[in-house]
Amino acid sequence: MDMQGKFIPRAQLDDWLAELAARFRVWTPRRAGQEDSGAVVYLPEARQPELNRKPTESAKRVIFPRSEPLLRFLRKPDPDQTGQKSLELQVPDADGPNLVFGLPPCDARGFLVLDPVYAGVKGQAGDSYYLRRRSQTVLIARACSRALTTCFCHWVGGSPSSTEGLDVLATEIQEGFLLQPLTPQGEEVLDSKLLLSAGKEQMEAAQSAWQAAEKTLGPGADMQGAQEALRALFDNAAFWQAEAASCLSCGVCTHLCPTCYCFNITDEAVGEKGVRLRSWDACMFSLYTQEASGHNPRQDKAARLKNRIGHKFSYYPELYQTRNACVGCGRCIKSCPSRLDIRAVLTKALALSRPAAGKPETTAPATVRPAAKPKVNKPATSKPVAAKPGAAKRGKEASHA
Amino acid sequence: MAVQEELKKIILGLLPQVDCVIGWGPGPDLLCASPYFMRRPEEVDNFLAGPMATQNTALYLPEYKGKKVALVVKGCDSRSVAQLLAEKLIAREEVRIIGFPCAGVADMGKIAARLAPHGEPGEAEKAVYGEKELRITMAGRELVLPLAEIKADKCLRCAHPNAVFSDHFAGEKAAGNDDEFKDLAALETMSLEDRFSFWEKEMSRCVRCYACRNACPLCVCRDHCVASSRDPHWLTQADGVSDKLLFQVTHALHLAGRCTGCGECQRACPAGIPVLLLKRALSRAVEGLFGHSAGLDPETRPPLLTFQVEERTIKEKAW
Repeated sequence: MDMQGKFIPRAQLDDWLAELAARFRVWTPRRAGQEDSGAVVYLPEARQPELNRKPTESAKRVIFPRSEPLLRFLRKPDPDQTGQKSLELQVPDADGPNLVFGLPPCDARGFLVLDPVYAGVKGQAGDSYYLRRRSQTVLIARACSRALTTCFCHWVGGSPSSTEGLDVLATEIQEGFLLQPLTPQGEEVLDSKLLLSAGKEQMEAAQSAWQAAEKTLGPGADMQGAQEALRALFDNAAFWQAEAASCLSCGVCTHLCPTCYCFNITDEAVGEKGVRLRSWDACMFSLYTQEASGHNPRQDKAARLKNRIGHKFSYYPELYQTRNACVGCGRCIKSCPSRLDIRAVLTKALALSRPAAGKPETTAPATVRPAAKPKVNKPATSKPVAAKPGAAKRGKEASHA
Repeated sequence: MAVQEELKKIILGLLPQVDCVIGWGPGPDLLCASPYFMRRPEEVDNFLAGPMATQNTALYLPEYKGKKVALVVKGCDSRSVAQLLAEKLIAREEVRIIGFPCAGVADMGKIAARLAPHGEPGEAEKAVYGEKELRITMAGRELVLPLAEIKADKCLRCAHPNAVFSDHFAGEKAAGNDDEFKDLAALETMSLEDRFSFWEKEMSRCVRCYACRNACPLCVCRDHCVASSRDPHWLTQADGVSDKLLFQVTHALHLAGRCTGCGECQRACPAGIPVLLLKRALSRAVEGLFGHSAGLDPETRPPLLTFQVEERTIKEKAW
């Protein structure tokens, strides 16, 4: 059976979110902070989502929290052995199902990059903390109506209306949203009396919205050969030093990134009680590679920038035999205090690997070409129903394992 | 812009004498520049000075120890250089300072707030800074934002728009304003409980990226920060406000009498947390106690880095 598209008037959106909040922890992008500063962040609040501005952070933390307890521990005197302590371990309670409404499609694609890492490829054990949340999180993205100057999803296979990794695609049309289910879970959350059936006219309006959004994207790029180009630059310290000159070695890029997945584990104890935490780490921090001996194989910020870009476009796709570990959301450019542009670094790396392109130091017009013919989504009604897409399955699909 | 062209001439003249000249160049969009490291004459063509030149160029100086560099500085940047010199963190003979009359830099948060009804700054198809206004073209429509409305708060109260010291100066010196620490008033009228909940709310957005720390030209611990120390393990990695606020308070206290108010900590914060306020409160306290403003004189030792049996401004005997 084809899945039926729905429509919700903007005025009814909060009612529907409130209805969903009875079954899910509903996360929405919300404006927070002072008027002249602040940010758009994902909060577990099912009301008034900020849909006119791209969220400052990615939706990553809904499934992969900034910091999460892996276990709690307690040392107690051992009744059987005087003077000895016994260790009591407790796994924290699992949280319930999540639903994210209003994330941009690139944020949803970000989870497809995280999946192979945590799903356990090639027979390895999966990460139960990640997988539990992943399988219990419904993603309802809103198609972007306009690209920002920092957006480059079309460099890495995305689009403002990409449906990849989504349960529902919402497109703003006619004072409301067209809601298209893409998975059985998506269909399930659209089963509400508050939603109206969408007609042909609304489908057409959505299609023209997608086309209009595609046109706002900047020039595309031919990423062919990026893996090899970055590998060839591995020992070119001068290249990375020049590119990293303005870098602060802070964690803005990695912490706002929808695809950065590195973590640290620390035991946080007070007296005999404590918690083992897993928290985000960043390859831009010097401690990230600090070894117990005191030696640090990545001594300077140039080596760290090389790792971040190399990992995204060379080592990760090679390791997992899959997509680039970048969805082109552009947050690392937009929020970088030095406004370091990952696109410019990639363009230069590609130009250096293509001698025919001429002068390697320029922005290499030969590698930048107009955006490919816009790929526009077909209405969801023509999409086949995916069979039971659980998180592990998504992970395996993405990893080609 | 006449001053920008004059600066380019000075930079070109200095290039043969230095390893590089640090200034500002084109960023990923036209609203905000990027720090720019010039080594070849042809690179000077793209040099920018103006409201888009937000970053503090002094941040990079300690990295260039042993090399000679020239630096284009706004008034606030020059105060950071003066402070680095006062603390002997850089050598005077290794830096050449190029000053100019700064008319203030743009605040991206203010631009975003004023564009909000129409879209967000990243949607601008065109952005041109004029003498008095920023012209933005968005969805085919031109929007005019007066510079006075989008200038960073630190610029509105800036007492030193010209470099406090320089080896070269382009243009005519501009007049400064009085800094009366009015930015602290709103918080200080709050009860302690309200003030604490203000910080709890603001800090809840912190992602612990430490851009505030790394953007600070006077954060000298660099890779040996209290926030990431493993032994002793001062801060937990929990995603709670108390650890985040503890770091901010540590940072602010470490900067007492040293912070020049350049505001890079706050500008760098992706979550828009007003972390400069904490340092401002301490700057005012140090001014009151010791009559000292940081970064005005490369020769003066900061009061908390020295010791006097009897402080000039603290009359203990009169207590």
